[in-house]
Amino acid sequence: MKTLLEIEGVSKSFGSVIANEDISLTVREGEILALLGENGAGKSTLVKAVFGLVKPDSGTIKINGTVMESGDTAAAIASGVGMVHQHFQLVPVMSVTENLILGDEPKRFGVVNITQARKEALALSEKYGLEVDADAIIEDLPVGMAQRVEILKALRRDVKLLILDEPTAVLTPQETDELLEVLRNLAKRGVGILFITHKLREVMAVADRIAVLRGGKLMGTTTPKESSESKLAQMMVGREVVLRVEKSQAKPKEVLLSIKNLRVSDDRKLESVKDLSLEVHAGEILGIAGVEGNGQRELVEAICSMRSRLSGEVIVKGQGIPNLNPRAAHLAGVSHIPEDREKHGLVTSYSIADNLVLNRFDQAPFARGWIRNLEEVASNGESLVEKFDIRAPDAYLSAGSLSGGNKQKVVVARELSQQLDVVVAAQPTRGVDVGSIEFIHNQLIAARDAGAAVLLVSAELDEILSLADRIAVISNGKIVAIFNSKEADRNTIGRLMAGLAS
Amino acid sequence: MDAKQSKKLDFSPILVPLLSIVVALAFGGILIFIQGINPLLAYRVLFTTAFGSFDGIAITLAKATPLILSGLAVAICLRAGLFNIGAQGQLISGALASAWAGYTFVGLPALVHIPLALIFGAFFGALVALVAAVLKAYRGVHEVITTIMLNSIVIALSDYLTSNPFKEPDQPLTRTPKIQDSAQMPDLLGLPLGFFLAIGLSITLWWIMRNTTTGFSIETIGRNKNAGWYAGISVKKTIMLSMLIGGAVAGVAGAVETLSIIGRFEPAFNAGLGFDGITVALLGRANPLGVIPAAILIGGMRASGSTVQFEAGVAPELVDLLLAMILFFVTAPLLARFFKNRKENVAMTSGWSN
Ligand SMILES: Nc1ncnc2c1ncn2[C@@H]1O[C@H](COP(=O)(O)OP(=O)(O)OP(=O)(O)O)[C@@H](O)[C@H]1O
Ligand SMILES: [Mg+2]
Repeated sequence: MKTLLEIEGVSKSFGSVIANEDISLTVREGEILALLGENGAGKSTLVKAVFGLVKPDSGTIKINGTVMESGDTAAAIASGVGMVHQHFQLVPVMSVTENLILGDEPKRFGVVNITQARKEALALSEKYGLEVDADAIIEDLPVGMAQRVEILKALRRDVKLLILDEPTAVLTPQETDELLEVLRNLAKRGVGILFITHKLREVMAVADRIAVLRGGKLMGTTTPKESSESKLAQMMVGREVVLRVEKSQAKPKEVLLSIKNLRVSDDRKLESVKDLSLEVHAGEILGIAGVEGNGQRELVEAICSMRSRLSGEVIVKGQGIPNLNPRAAHLAGVSHIPEDREKHGLVTSYSIADNLVLNRFDQAPFARGWIRNLEEVASNGESLVEKFDIRAPDAYLSAGSLSGGNKQKVVVARELSQQLDVVVAAQPTRGVDVGSIEFIHNQLIAARDAGAAVLLVSAELDEILSLADRIAVISNGKIVAIFNSKEADRNTIGRLMAGLAS
Repeated sequence: MDAKQSKKLDFSPILVPLLSIVVALAFGGILIFIQGINPLLAYRVLFTTAFGSFDGIAITLAKATPLILSGLAVAICLRAGLFNIGAQGQLISGALASAWAGYTFVGLPALVHIPLALIFGAFFGALVALVAAVLKAYRGVHEVITTIMLNSIVIALSDYLTSNPFKEPDQPLTRTPKIQDSAQMPDLLGLPLGFFLAIGLSITLWWIMRNTTTGFSIETIGRNKNAGWYAGISVKKTIMLSMLIGGAVAGVAGAVETLSIIGRFEPAFNAGLGFDGITVALLGRANPLGVIPAAILIGGMRASGSTVQFEAGVAPELVDLLLAMILFFVTAPLLARFFKNRKENVAMTSGWSN
């Protein structure tokens, strides 16, 4: 098979941070190369260099034997490179069709031919078996659906090399399986694929070769046959990682969070949480298992008082939480790791230190009355950066220049470093590397053991199964069953999630 | 503001403003040249008039004083993510209110009368802003629309008031009576007292933005409203507060102009001060300290405009033209992207935040 992409001796630094150091790699036609590495290892930087979004300090990138001018995205696209970015690049207020054609619109008499565009969008979606609603507005779509649009957009031009930067981070296991199938088909047609993920299962399932980065350096390449999940984890992190969660028996006590007859509607004003009641005890982790879009998001947002309740009550430590007042929920003792870290979790132009006190900036010790105590903010930042292993030169870097997983760690660090009564964790390990997943899991267990009531919502059934003490299955806005994790059975839960009676 | 400034000196914040000035001067130079005049001569006259002598500097700073304040009024709102086009209306309202307080109260000592008249100005400036603030915070009406409309309303209302109830009696002119001597703001060290007031307000607001919880709230809402709201900051309160501060500061700008320069309220005497404030705020990168040099620069250009016309024969519109070009270049984001050359940070859209 012909070599499609040659990366030769590429290095790139941002100030004192070496993101890539003398990396050489190749991708052949029809090959799926998985790129693995810790958060901040330099994966995104490397693929951005291939796509011309980052100008390497040294080294060359060849596509089909031609040396690419560095920092020239247009040339990369012209030579058949398509990229799905780690963070969405869609225009939120436009429709799926409009997003798909943006930048290369079919025209008639000089104006965009929207009928034709719509046809093209549907044909594209058909061709790759990625179903989308061509007329939906992007901001109304769940993230998994938006991700599909993003992938279709990359596929629209005739790509020879497809780069995907953590495309599965926001997908459900089912959607992921579908995507992996799409990738296999593309590879069969001769497309070379460069695929970044933190999920070792996917790597083992789909990769032809695996390259591992650590601290900006290439640690080596291997194949799924020669390797195993734990070997890969060790190669990435440089130490042994416990992939299975180890925890003691839960000792549940009094009810800390109770939800009574909650009804909530979604953005389209459809009722998506339907008369739901639930109790979470001190000292236990309650996992919500369900297919994305069955009311989990609305449930979480209603508990945290971010979304208006149609009716029902949320009671924390015996005290009712008022409607639409996130501050009251926070003061009542609710910590929340939000699903959308960029929208609700961070102010990306602020420093890490400021982000770490975002919901406490006006409380002691971070403020004395009206005056902020910037020294406390700084020392809190430094100690949390250290404790939560946020990979940054210091705590004053803007949060926006962190790698994706490290952004997540900032949010987790803030929420889990305060007085904990109720922890609502929505997709807490999304986009985080295996080493940090272990760490975040241990922090959630530590919160539980310290007497917090933990509500865990995750699209990863494995995460729920391994972390939760009790599992509630949500389907169509209702809790359809609750299991003790010991008696939980994967298949039964899967059937319930799909809306089938067990 | 950042918890701690990074140790390296970072010049990028002033790069775009400086470049805009240079590019505007270059284009202006070409236009002067087309008139058959040596641009270097014109610019030298401009510079020496504004900054070449103590008297020149004093006049420049006097011109800069209301501009610092109106720039501050726009800048504070920009920090909160609000575009206050209404500084002009707020300023006129403050100017008229302070004039009324200045001529109505008789027999007060200056130490009481001046602050009282200033407070009148601040209050009535804020009152105009309050309308836009309430509509924005509770009804979601865009502040650009409401502040523009309020400008027209305030101008019409001030015309009515100065030609009827507040009119100077037995006079053909449409203007209020002159303020009492006790309300007249004196000079200090050869400079208008208002200048020191403006500098003091700038430093105070800069300090508030940097060191207080209020400043952090305003800044956070301006940068990511969703995250701010979610972190427990009241978006409504923050919008109200920053608009009211902006309105009050614009009102003080009008009051200072009335109490130290004009001595009464006359319609059209304050024309454009509020609009220049927009240029000042953008040129000063919405930084409460940044507006000071920006206002001095623009004040200098305003102060020397007519001299340049006399001595170099340049059309008097030159200064307006230069200001318009500076405004254009400083806002043209393409310029920023081009010179920053940090493609990887330029997102195609605002993404999911905001
Ligand atoms: N624009 C930038 N300015 C400063 N530092 C940057 C910038 N972009 C990346 N970095 C730094 O370079 C390093 C590599 O980042 P990169 O985004 O490539 O990591 P990654 O391997 O993709 O991580 P993740 O799995 O978390 O997405 C990180 O330490 C990051 O903070
Ligand atoms: Mg990345």
